[in-house]
Amino acid sequence: MKLFIINSSIGRKLIMSLSGLFLFLFLTLHCFLNMFLLGGPSAYTAVNDIMELPVVTIMVPILAAGFVIHILYALWLYWQNYRARGEVGYASGKKSETTSWAARNMVILGLVVLLFIVLHLTQFWAKMQLQSFLGGANQVHADQSYDLVANQFRNPIVSVLYIIWYWVLWFHLTHGFWSAFQTIGIDNKKWQPRLQIIGIVYATILAVCFTSINLYFLFGFGA
Amino acid sequence: MEKTIHITLKIWRQKGPQAKGAFETYQLNNISTDSSFLEMLDILNEKLISEKKETIVFDHDCREGICGMCSLYINGHPHGPDEDVTTCQLHMRKFKDGETIIVEPWRSRGFPVIKDLMVDRGAFDKIIQAGGFISVTTGGVPDANAIPISKEKADEAMDAASCIGCGACVAACKNGSAMLFVAAKVSQLALLPQGKIEASRRAKAMVAKMDELGFGNCTNTGACESECPKNVSISHIARLNREFLKAKLKD
Repeated sequence: MKLFIINSSIGRKLIMSLSGLFLFLFLTLHCFLNMFLLGGPSAYTAVNDIMELPVVTIMVPILAAGFVIHILYALWLYWQNYRARGEVGYASGKKSETTSWAARNMVILGLVVLLFIVLHLTQFWAKMQLQSFLGGANQVHADQSYDLVANQFRNPIVSVLYIIWYWVLWFHLTHGFWSAFQTIGIDNKKWQPRLQIIGIVYATILAVCFTSINLYFLFGFGA
Repeated sequence: MEKTIHITLKIWRQKGPQAKGAFETYQLNNISTDSSFLEMLDILNEKLISEKKETIVFDHDCREGICGMCSLYINGHPHGPDEDVTTCQLHMRKFKDGETIIVEPWRSRGFPVIKDLMVDRGAFDKIIQAGGFISVTTGGVPDANAIPISKEKADEAMDAASCIGCGACVAACKNGSAMLFVAAKVSQLALLPQGKIEASRRAKAMVAKMDELGFGNCTNTGACESECPKNVSISHIARLNREFLKAKLKD
């Protein structure tokens, strides 16, 4: 094997693909659990009690590693691709048709998503899980978490930013999903259009679910 | 009825690999819309000769779309604005009267400019030399039906084999990746019983050579497929990924 995941282009892409699919799974779980917000404080508190279990605590560094690997590999690949393009660009531009607009702009979309992740972590994770790692003195516990979310999302600026974020992420996911399968090699002429459509449907479901939570609080629903 | 057009050309001129290049503008009048793009460049070169100026260097050979020698990045597209043809089969009827046409060489670190519009595509030969062959003596021509091959496999292999190695995929790619070329060359052999035996070694050797020569990493944008004059599909890239990863996991 001799570390082909570092030394070969396809190996590096495999890491992008697998870490991307892992983050897809995380996002799905995140979205599913968040939907309990629509069920009121008691439903959400029950879910958050699960989040304080040790098994979740173990998953935190693994998840963080997933993010870090995906981002570092992306920057590394981008730098290599930038160099592979050569020093002189095309004066007449690049007008080639591609599979999607997102396909050409994955790095930019990814960086925008990353900026929002930082905001998102400071708003919630830093007040909840991080505090429990630090000893738990200032921790917002499960029973107060519903109010924390509700307060943040009732702020129109925060909610609008979040909704923009979900749809930037949507673009990133629509290309990312089928692209991951193409890279692993589970793709052919028949499955390429199918995977592309599944990716768009999947990303749309996630984005719509997340958006609905923000709109729910923004329009004054919830306890 | 012959129709003629007047055009303005902005052509990349570069004295040598190390020299700094720049665009030069040329006017051409009364170009027949029936002439091919390369014939138009021939007319321009004739004009330059009569003016005792240095002619424009560009690659060309068979001029019937099968040798893969012609290149040229024209108005934002490798092989110009027409679909599924090489530059030699591009005709001037695809351009409007009074249009400004920008002509550039392939741009990629793997394809350094030799002079003007000619680039060194020797990297593709090196990739082929690394493994794009079958290393057994096959003897005389075998009976056509001696080895059964399904129609689908034969068709897929033939589609991959239609790659002429022109390099338009690399030229179109925002990452300067040669994956479509390598995928076609790996696929055309991996799909057939004669080529399957060495499929692992071939995929590993050709990808290693491709990486070594400074081509970029594929991000599945599909620009290569849309510009390929032979319509080679990116499904071959998925097959290359599959062959390569299978080979690496076996090691």
